[in-house]
Amino acid sequence: MADMTVQSLSIAQIKRRPSVGTLRLAEAIIIPVAALIVSALIFSIFLLVLDKSPITFFTLIWTGGFGSSFSFQNTLQRAAPLILTGLAFAVPARIGLTMIGGEGALVLGGLSAAAIAIPLVSAGVPAFLTLPVMAIAAMLAGGLWIGFAGWLRYYRGVNETISSLLLSYIAIATMNFFVEGILRDPASANKPSTMPIGDAYRIGAIPGTQVHWGLAAGLILAVVLHILMTRTTFGFAARVTGGNARAALAQGLPVGKLIVICTMIAGACAGLAGFYEVAAVHGQANASLVAGYGFTGILVAFLARQVPLAVIPVAILFGALNAAGGVIQRRMGMPDATVLVLQGLIFVVLLTSETFYGRIPFLQPKRVEDRT
Amino acid sequence: MSALASEMPLARKAPSLSATGMTKTFGSFTALGDVSIDVAAGSFHALLGENGAGKSTLVKCIMGFYSADKGQVTLDGQEISIRSPRDARAHGIGMVYQHFTLVPCLTAAENLVISRADAPSVINWVKERKALDAFMETMPFRVPLDAQVSSLSAGEKQKLEILKLLYLDQRFMILDEPTSVLTPGEADEMLGLLHGMCDRGEITVLMISHKFREVKTFCDRFSVLRRGRLTGEGDAKLATVEEMSRMMIGDTEVRERAARVSHAETKEVLELAGLCAEDDAGLPAIQGVNLKIKGGEIVGIAGVSGNGQSALVEALAGQRPLTDGEITIHGEIFTPKRGNFDRFKVFGLPEEPLKNATVPRMSVAENIAFRSFDKPPITSLGWWMSKGPMRAKAEELIARYRVKTTSPDAPIETLSGGNVQRAVLARELSGDVDVLIVANPCFGLDFASVADIRSQIMEARNRGAAVLLVSEDLDEILELADRVAVMSGGTISYVAPIEATDRNTIGQHMAGH
Repeated sequence: MADMTVQSLSIAQIKRRPSVGTLRLAEAIIIPVAALIVSALIFSIFLLVLDKSPITFFTLIWTGGFGSSFSFQNTLQRAAPLILTGLAFAVPARIGLTMIGGEGALVLGGLSAAAIAIPLVSAGVPAFLTLPVMAIAAMLAGGLWIGFAGWLRYYRGVNETISSLLLSYIAIATMNFFVEGILRDPASANKPSTMPIGDAYRIGAIPGTQVHWGLAAGLILAVVLHILMTRTTFGFAARVTGGNARAALAQGLPVGKLIVICTMIAGACAGLAGFYEVAAVHGQANASLVAGYGFTGILVAFLARQVPLAVIPVAILFGALNAAGGVIQRRMGMPDATVLVLQGLIFVVLLTSETFYGRIPFLQPKRVEDRT
Repeated sequence: MSALASEMPLARKAPSLSATGMTKTFGSFTALGDVSIDVAAGSFHALLGENGAGKSTLVKCIMGFYSADKGQVTLDGQEISIRSPRDARAHGIGMVYQHFTLVPCLTAAENLVISRADAPSVINWVKERKALDAFMETMPFRVPLDAQVSSLSAGEKQKLEILKLLYLDQRFMILDEPTSVLTPGEADEMLGLLHGMCDRGEITVLMISHKFREVKTFCDRFSVLRRGRLTGEGDAKLATVEEMSRMMIGDTEVRERAARVSHAETKEVLELAGLCAEDDAGLPAIQGVNLKIKGGEIVGIAGVSGNGQSALVEALAGQRPLTDGEITIHGEIFTPKRGNFDRFKVFGLPEEPLKNATVPRMSVAENIAFRSFDKPPITSLGWWMSKGPMRAKAEELIARYRVKTTSPDAPIETLSGGNVQRAVLARELSGDVDVLIVANPCFGLDFASVADIRSQIMEARNRGAAVLLVSEDLDEILELADRVAVMSGGTISYVAPIEATDRNTIGQHMAGH
């Protein structure tokens, strides 16, 4: 009798259980959201210790990021490079690599775009030709840079995380070398910069907004790369390689080629972000390119679970955090870096939350228990 | 500290141990339900059962890795409480694990001394060496104390593990499948020594095993577990193998083994000529392997693990580059690239399929599609994949190969070992097979799955495939192979038709004689 109740109960449970796919999706949403909430709670304690009001803080984040049309456009403006650098981390992550060199690829992309613009602008080549050349130069530079880290990984066994990080510092130093040296515009007295490309060559805003076209490029690339990674043979082969390189080799998949292509795509995304920073925001290459977008992109991709489409909303969230930084500084008398503290905290909590996947009972599909 | 060494030989006698009413559940799963065993002082007791029967759970409860939900452990009639492996150690209960726990870059002597809980922070080696030499004098077997552990053979390492327990004065020993890494000769020597020590009342042994031959030859008593319950116990000398295996597998219906079909003279299909490859450290792993396999023939490669078998399989599967030599199939040179696997109809069942043949986090359907994802009907235009045909194919194969899974969308890592292997089998054997490379296909699987998988391999042979079977289980080779080859030191040292050889001859060649 007791047995029967137990059995009928468990059958009912099986019937009520949502499908495996739904459960995995729920897990991928619930855990990062919970991590965000926990980070907010811990950060509130930090604020209370400083005798500041958490409620004011989070209200300001909201108004500073989404409160008005102006602040939302500011958010989107900052989200644009984050989408691209987020993709620069997410795509190699799908093939099993932890590439954290987005910052370097962005800087190098920006430098290349600005450098190739100098002769074209002075020769008077029209903007509709110059800008694509600049974009291609930026994507090539970024793509080769991160692609090199991928090549080192597969063919020479060099840890890609270390090499891409170190390559970033080399990229930043390279930019400084050129910007303070042969590419320096003599007019840039206090802040060494390349020659400004001039207003005629600047990329304008998306009509009806103040947001530059980098946002559109980010959105399109996120969708395209999402389709590439989930619906094509290339993406499937990349996921097999990322999940188990030994199995990929046993299936005869060209693992080395897949790795180099994925890392080049990643570098191209970050390089393109550098292009927009130069062509739409600064109008020249200088130390302002080193704004941490590459590193925040890592955080964005992590929170998005390396899913290209999910990078979009997460990038907007972090864009809002950045956008609100100024307001917080003015209204709460706290340094600009406060937002960075919150970002760092989110990152640590997020890394910790990774350990909860597959461990939350109500999110697990029922296992087949056939211990025969 | 030297006091420990001098008092040691007579400090403890072989204890008796009983575990009563042991129960352990994990969530809703009962890993161990009210199991009791009695191990008399100085006896050699076997614990039998299939994978997942609860043997490891039971010994882990005794060792303090798990705390049992219910049940008591008594040592020499006194109830003891073991909350951690440290407590077990204090009570003189020790365990030798299936995989060695020695530090490979240290010498045997260093391994012994550092294993002590009270090892001093500054070690007086002169004094320790004297104590160790004195200790070794009292032992029935020796290992070279100054040799680096990595240079010892598997048999010597196993002996060192046992010496370590004796050195720590742990007189109740739990051995987890101690012979799985040894040659038949080494295994018999090892078990014989242990048997002798038990008889003299120096130690008590509880040994996990599934080799009936060893249990019959060396053990005094046995207990059998199945699905977390005690299903039988008895005198190992009196019980028959049939009785023991019935207790182990119960009334599970075992699929009829596929019979061997004899072929007329067939042509050579697979030829390996002078294959050489290096291991991960760049040292030669296989050196000049030559072998020819005909269609409709299984060639079994026996050998002690680590003699190049895995490197050979990896080289054939494309996981390891060849430094020299040629693989030819039907007279044409074969390189392990994706297009060639299909063109030459080469398929593989690598060992540890979860590690070598699947992506654990991808779904069962995706894993089953590894061979076919880039071809119609799954792919159109050469790159666009459709989920529908992939799922349909997976559902068909899941049904045909009886893969137990909640859904084709479940990650393959949620399946049991036997079902992972069935899913891989479904992927690799559902088409036309010319060459099949198999490595330890049944390692760690239950009886029913083993029978099933061996039948499938035999059927592939009967359909005319050339099968290369690498196995560490000699019984498996004797059952399936048409010819036996022995690998030793990276080359094939012996080849013979199955009817012209026997276990002893093969064993001698495995040991390198």
